[in-house]
Amino acid sequence: MKTPRLLLWSVSVALLVALPPLVSWLGQPFYIDLVRRIMILAIAAVSLNLILGYGGMVSFGHAAYLGIGAYAVGILGVYGFTNGLLHWAVAIGASALVALAIGAVSIRTSGIYFIMITLAFTQMLYYLGISLELFGGDDGMRLKSKSQFGGLVDLRDPVAFYYLSLVLMLGAVFLVHRIVHSRFGMVLRAAKSNEGRTRAIGFAPYPYRLAAFVIAGAMCGLAGALYANHTNYIVPGLMSWQQSGDIMFMVILGGMASTAGPVLGTFALLFVEEILKGWTEHWQVILGPLLVLSVIFFRRGLAGIFYKPDA
Amino acid sequence: MSWILIFEQLLNGVQLGLTLFLMAAGLTLVLGIMNLVNLAHGSLYMVGAYLTLAASQWTGSYVAGVLLGLAGTLVIGMLVEVVALRALYDRDHLDQVLATFGLILFFNELVAMLWGRASLYAQLPQYLRGHVELFSGSSYPVYRLSVIVVGLLVAVLLWYVVTQTRLGMLIRAGASNRTMVAALGINIRLLSTVVFGFGAVLAGLAGLMAGPIYSVQPGMGELILIQVFVVIVIGGIGSVRGALVGALIVGIVDTLGRAFLKPMLGAMLSPTAGEAAGPALASMLIYLLMAVVLALRPAGLFPARG
Repeated sequence: MKTPRLLLWSVSVALLVALPPLVSWLGQPFYIDLVRRIMILAIAAVSLNLILGYGGMVSFGHAAYLGIGAYAVGILGVYGFTNGLLHWAVAIGASALVALAIGAVSIRTSGIYFIMITLAFTQMLYYLGISLELFGGDDGMRLKSKSQFGGLVDLRDPVAFYYLSLVLMLGAVFLVHRIVHSRFGMVLRAAKSNEGRTRAIGFAPYPYRLAAFVIAGAMCGLAGALYANHTNYIVPGLMSWQQSGDIMFMVILGGMASTAGPVLGTFALLFVEEILKGWTEHWQVILGPLLVLSVIFFRRGLAGIFYKPDA
Repeated sequence: MSWILIFEQLLNGVQLGLTLFLMAAGLTLVLGIMNLVNLAHGSLYMVGAYLTLAASQWTGSYVAGVLLGLAGTLVIGMLVEVVALRALYDRDHLDQVLATFGLILFFNELVAMLWGRASLYAQLPQYLRGHVELFSGSSYPVYRLSVIVVGLLVAVLLWYVVTQTRLGMLIRAGASNRTMVAALGINIRLLSTVVFGFGAVLAGLAGLMAGPIYSVQPGMGELILIQVFVVIVIGGIGSVRGALVGALIVGIVDTLGRAFLKPMLGAMLSPTAGEAAGPALASMLIYLLMAVVLALRPAGLFPARG
C-alpha cells in the first residue's frame, strides 16, 4: 500500500524540482511565479486541513492568518526591520496569538455557529486592515523590502524563492502528517469522529482542538509572510471572506483529511482559475457553477482517486 | 453633540437593525426548518436591489419596480432552491457552505456582467425624497422613516404568520422534527420551497430598501450577510424573536459606534487617538459584542428553536 503512494510523491517532487530549469529553457519563466504562488497558498491549505480535515472544525476564517503574516512583514518593514527570521518569528507568533484568541471563543461552539463565528472574526480583522490608514488602509501597502536572510537565500532571486517555497511546503505537509499520526493527532481525529466516546475514555477535546487551531494559524501565518514577499504588496483583501472560501475549496477539492489532498487541490483550483482567466474577464461566472457541481458530484476530492482518505 | 443628533442616529440604528432583521428572519427560518446554511442569501439581497433598480427604470414607476423586483427575487430564489440547494439538504454544513459560496461567485459576476462593477444609486420618487419634522429642530428623511415602518410591519406580519397560522405551525413543527412532519402527511419539500421563497422575498425587500441608502454594487450582499451572521449568533439560531432583538442591538450599536466613537475617544483621550482608533474600533464593535455574548451565552440570547 505504501509503495505506490511514495512513488507518486517522489515523481511529483521531482517534477516540481525540475520545473524552474525546464520552464526557463522553454522561455516561460511566468510559470515559476505561478507555481511559487500555488505552493505558498498550498501551505495555507495544508494548515487548514489539520483543523478542517482531521479536526472537523469548519473554519471559514483561515485567511485571517494569511493577512496577519503578510502585515507582520509589511509593518516590520515600515519600521526598518528587514531580518527575515525576525519576520517569520513575528508572523508566526502574531498568528498564533490571534488564533488562540479566536479559537478560545469559537471552539466553545460547534456546527453552524463555528462557521459563522470564524467568518465574523476574520471580517473584523479585514475591517481593521481597512481602517489602518498608517499602513495603507483600503489601498494596501507596498512592501519596503523583501525579507532578508543574510547570505542563506535571496528572495529577490525568483528561482531561489521558488525552492524555498517548495521546501517549506514539503515541510508543512510532513509536519501535519507527523502531527496527525502522533498521540495528539489521534485524540484530535477521535474527537472528530465521536466526541462522546472520546470524552468517555478520558480526553476533553477542547484543549486538543485549541492547540490544533493555534498550530494551523501559525503555519498559515508563515504562508502569509511568504505571500507578502511574493506579491510585494499587502492588501486587506488577503483577509477577505473570498480568500477564506478559496483556501477552504483547495482543501475540499483535493480531499480533506488526506496528506496530499490540500496540495493537489491548490494546484487544481489555481490552474483552473488561470485557464478561465485566460478565456474571459468574467471567469468567476464559470468557476462558481463548477464549484457547485464539484461539491454535489465529486465528494471525495482529487486525493480520493488515488487512495482512500485515512481519517 | 446634541440629544437631537443622538435621537436621529438612534433612528438610523433602528433602520439598519430592521434591514438586518429582514435578512436574518429568512436566513434563520431556512436554517431552522431545512438545516441549510445558505451563504447565497446575500446574493438574493443584491438581486432584489438590482432588479428593482432596473425594473423601475424600465417601467418609470417606483412602485411597479418594487413589485417586479420582489417577484423577480421570488422566482430566482425558488429557482436556486430547486436547481442547486435541494441536492444539499442531506449534506453536512461544510458542503452547503462551499456550494453556496460557488453560487455567490456566480451571482456577483453575473451582476457585474449585466450592470458593471461601479456603484449605482437608486432614484426615489418625489414623495419619498423629502424630510419630515419629527419635532421642532429635527428633520428626518421620509425614506428612512418609511423603511422603519415597513420593517416593523413585516416583523408583525412574521410574528402573525409564524405563531398564529397553520403555515406557521408547520414551519415550527418542521424546525423541530422534519421527519415526523413528513410522516404526518405534509409535503415537506413543498413547504421547504415555500419557506425558501418567503425568505428570498424578505431578502429582496431588504436589498431594494437598502439600495437608495447604501450603494448598489456587486458584492453588496456579502457585506450585510456577515453582519446578519453576527445577528443570528447573538440572537440564537432558529428564533425569529432572537433575530429581531439581535438585529436591533447590532444595528444600533454599529450606527452609534460609527457616529460617536471617534468624538468620544477624541474627548476622553486625545483628538489624534480618536482620529486613529475611532474608525477602527467602530468597525470592530459588533464583532467584539458578538465575542462577549458568546463568552457569556454560547447559544445566543434566545436559544429557543422555532
